[in-house]
Amino acid sequence: MLSALLVMAAIAIVLGAVLGFAAIKFRTEGNPLVDKIDAILPQTQCGQCSYPGCKPYATAIAAGEADINRCPPGGEEGIQKLADLLGVEFKPFGGDTAAPKAKSVAFIDEAICIGCTLCIQACPVDAIAGAAKQMHTIIAAECTGCELCVAPCPVDCISMLVIEEKITNWKWKYPVYSLTTKK
Amino acid sequence: MEISRVLIDNEKMRTLYHFHGGIHPPSNKSQSTQVAIARAPLPSRLVVPLHQHAGEAAKPIVQVGDHVLKGQLIGMPDGFVSSAVHAPTSGTITAIDMQLIAHPSGLPNLCATLIPDGKEEWIPHKAIDYRDHSSAELQQLLRMAGVVGLGGAAFPSDIKLRIGKQKITSLILNGAECEPYITCDDMLMRERAAEIVQGAEMLRFMLDASEVLIGIEDNKPEAIAALKQAIADRGMNHEVVAIPTIYPGGSAKQLIRVLTGLEVPSGKLPTDIGVQCFNVATAYSVYRAFAQGEPLLSRIVTIAGNVRQAQNYEALIGTPIDELIALGVALPDTNGYIMGGPMMGIPLPAVHVPVVKATNCVIAASDRLFPPPPPALPCIRCTRCVEVCPADLQPQDLFWFAQSKEFGRAQAFSLFDCIECGACSYVCPSHIPLVQYYRFAKSEIRAREHDKQLADQARERHEYREHRIEREKQEKADKLAAKEKAAQAAKLNSLQQPTPQQQAELADLEAHRAHIRELAQSGVEHPED
Amino acid sequence: MLFSPFISKPDNVSQIMLKVLLALLPGIALYVWYFGPAILVSITLASLTALGTEALMLRLRNRPIAPFLKDNSALLTGWLLALSIPPLAPWWLIVVGTAFAIAVAKHLYGGLGNNLFNPAMVGYAVLIISFPMQMTHWIAPHGLGQIELGFFDQLEYIFLGVLPHNATLDAITMATPLDTLKTHLHLDQSVQQILDMPIYGQLAGHGSEMVAWGFLCGGLYLLATRIISWHIPVAYLGTLFVIAGIFHLLDPGHYVAPLFHWFSGAAMLGAFFILTDPVSSPTTNKGRLIFAAGAGLITYLIRAFGGFPDGTAFATLLMNICVPLIVLYTQPKVFGKKSPKDNPVHKEGRP
Repeated sequence: MLSALLVMAAIAIVLGAVLGFAAIKFRTEGNPLVDKIDAILPQTQCGQCSYPGCKPYATAIAAGEADINRCPPGGEEGIQKLADLLGVEFKPFGGDTAAPKAKSVAFIDEAICIGCTLCIQACPVDAIAGAAKQMHTIIAAECTGCELCVAPCPVDCISMLVIEEKITNWKWKYPVYSLTTKK
Repeated sequence: MEISRVLIDNEKMRTLYHFHGGIHPPSNKSQSTQVAIARAPLPSRLVVPLHQHAGEAAKPIVQVGDHVLKGQLIGMPDGFVSSAVHAPTSGTITAIDMQLIAHPSGLPNLCATLIPDGKEEWIPHKAIDYRDHSSAELQQLLRMAGVVGLGGAAFPSDIKLRIGKQKITSLILNGAECEPYITCDDMLMRERAAEIVQGAEMLRFMLDASEVLIGIEDNKPEAIAALKQAIADRGMNHEVVAIPTIYPGGSAKQLIRVLTGLEVPSGKLPTDIGVQCFNVATAYSVYRAFAQGEPLLSRIVTIAGNVRQAQNYEALIGTPIDELIALGVALPDTNGYIMGGPMMGIPLPAVHVPVVKATNCVIAASDRLFPPPPPALPCIRCTRCVEVCPADLQPQDLFWFAQSKEFGRAQAFSLFDCIECGACSYVCPSHIPLVQYYRFAKSEIRAREHDKQLADQARERHEYREHRIEREKQEKADKLAAKEKAAQAAKLNSLQQPTPQQQAELADLEAHRAHIRELAQSGVEHPED
Repeated sequence: MLFSPFISKPDNVSQIMLKVLLALLPGIALYVWYFGPAILVSITLASLTALGTEALMLRLRNRPIAPFLKDNSALLTGWLLALSIPPLAPWWLIVVGTAFAIAVAKHLYGGLGNNLFNPAMVGYAVLIISFPMQMTHWIAPHGLGQIELGFFDQLEYIFLGVLPHNATLDAITMATPLDTLKTHLHLDQSVQQILDMPIYGQLAGHGSEMVAWGFLCGGLYLLATRIISWHIPVAYLGTLFVIAGIFHLLDPGHYVAPLFHWFSGAAMLGAFFILTDPVSSPTTNKGRLIFAAGAGLITYLIRAFGGFPDGTAFATLLMNICVPLIVLYTQPKVFGKKSPKDNPVHKEGRP
């Protein structure tokens, strides 16, 4: 009886020491889960999730405060990836979250622009060039299509243009492969 | 694995190697080798795409209405991997706009339309002696002459010659031409062998390669003989090697393996193992570029398939394919056209699209020649595809992952080592369009990687912006705090250490206040109020 | 027009399966020769049930019926099951087994190409566990039974369970050679004594060894036409031979010779027709060797030490489970990579 207890205690001490050592040795800085979630999010910084950006949304998901289906630009695929990462069920879009839209970039009608800089202040990724009283231009390659610049414009000169399919961004389609009888 | 030793020049023996898999589709080459290469008549109009090579598109440097001469530069190379585009004949530029081209997407791309004046008036050009120039100068000349790989991929040749410090042992000329129907290289080798071997010598000079191997499938004895003769006539030591006829023996990696026994490491270039490979037709254009000073304006195109007379034509780049097909006369039941061979070619979105540098063959298709495949059945994992895969892949697994869009797993099973030769689809008893799934998966993965890059860039910019705003806020706050602090400090200063004069003033003030209080208490109105 | 390649080899699943069915014919012919035409009744019943169940399941799953019925795969499952169970078993036995094989083992896993287990062997396993009694109604070969039933008497027994008034079940049926061996070994008889019994022929069971020869011939045809690769039959029969040989050398009185194992039970059928089912066997050559060697080992262990007389079915099913793992760890070297370990699938550890 006593020897059994001693053996158990010894095992507990050894394993505890190993665990403690591992905790120190393999300590990770920061919160890797937030970074992993953030890596999945599309970085549009659009705020459609009701958080002020992708990182805050990632933090909220990691803390279990937000659902995984609140990111329209990430699409259903984004939800699926989050579901896989977090080991939870896939959840379709719904409720107060907007449905995903086709990818687009903002476009400033330079004839109307009055150079008020409000859009520059709204742009989360500094993709608008221009100065006060000067025309502004969207740097299309850096625009994430978040639409945050559209609302602040006092003269409604910003529109969202859907990115068209060109030879340079064309993708092979999923092969048509129907084995289901049409119903 | 050594498979055979072949006799070279009746004395030297060369060991040939084997690659895994391969197929033997009906070759259908004899139909178009009966007659010599003919020069296609000048077409009514030429549509010259500005992006007909791998890499970045050329920038148009002519305007609508300009009169151009034959060989005049109309598209300037733009970017590191890019190539020049020239006017194939003299005439007037009537449009620079989006036109349908031979692309699987069926989408238009920027093209210059040229109406020939029929004079074929050349821009001044002159031959050079390549031995008087450095390799770098010659590379620049090739770039400006628009010389790209003519085997099908249209990769700018100057980039392939830019080898840095790597030592090139073997320069390989690819005359295998393993795809069915295509005979443009075969006929070129038969008729212009002398130019090819001289072009090969120029390439060898630029690469400083120790040996030149010309690999030709053994179903082209005339081409082999012609090249051997041309080499002997010039006393060169290039080796013509007859290799076994098997598809895809003409794929660069497989050809290198057969000739040298070396495998180009996955994700690396042939130059990493001291080998470089060019198509025989590319060597021919290099010869034309240096020895005659002519940029790449035309190429040999095989017209074959469902036509009355299959034949090879030397056609100007930009020739509408329908005018070329008309020379062979398509049979009435023709229901489509393929650019390239039946294994890797692409269906043409319309028959009037132009010939480009990559157009080695145009096949008129009919249900008789290419019966529509029966409906696909599920994969039964019979592994016939594994048996024929020249890249030693597991096509049935790649299909499974591509079908279920498990791209990560597809990549883990070496999807990107697939050369899309189509051998797996050819043998599949379930008639699954396997290559189509691989193309889909690859393009989806590339698009995702691109999106990921953009997202990372956006994250960085956003974080920088946050940081900047935070800093500005901090700076503002700091400034405000500093100001306040200064003000307070001044106040405190004044309170704590009053000067005698201040003390006197304060005493005065106090006395005054006391006086007011007194007056207030006594109820008498202050005289000063 | 679709995309390249625009040409394909004139070959299809239906033809492959048809060739496998054809390859079964020599074995079936010898079966009829030695055991009478009752097996044809089982095959017919199995075929009808297989096609019917297949059609029903396809309909339930909203799949087109015609192309799948024509692929001959259901037929093959039915035939293999029919060849594995006693011909004189009541009609509903083969019907239940085939229906289970097609409906559960094939279609519930996703239909053609998706079944983890060999459907015919699943059907067999269900029957031998659920109806062990009926699974012993093996016909005695010609000249060995006390009474030989005519074809119509057999039909009557299969469908109505009625025997002619002068016959008993024991008089017309007989334990299989493997079963007999096992029973008599338990009675402490030596192998030599047992093999002297009239039920045994040159190598194994009288008659049944000839049927095995028939399957061997069919299997060689499949090898010659490259419908199957050599890896599975060679590794299976090789392993069975080596292990049986070792035990036989150690104690010939208790362990029967390796050739006996080859030519009895479902060994030949398994080696060429069952284990080689492409859907439920590994896709790599090395994997096929491991898979079949494992099956050979398990078959021998069950035969020599297990509770069932034959082990081919269970060996197949047990090895079927291992297929995904075997395939994962036997990936060949990809062109341009140094070794199989260089494949990303191995670098990541998990695909």
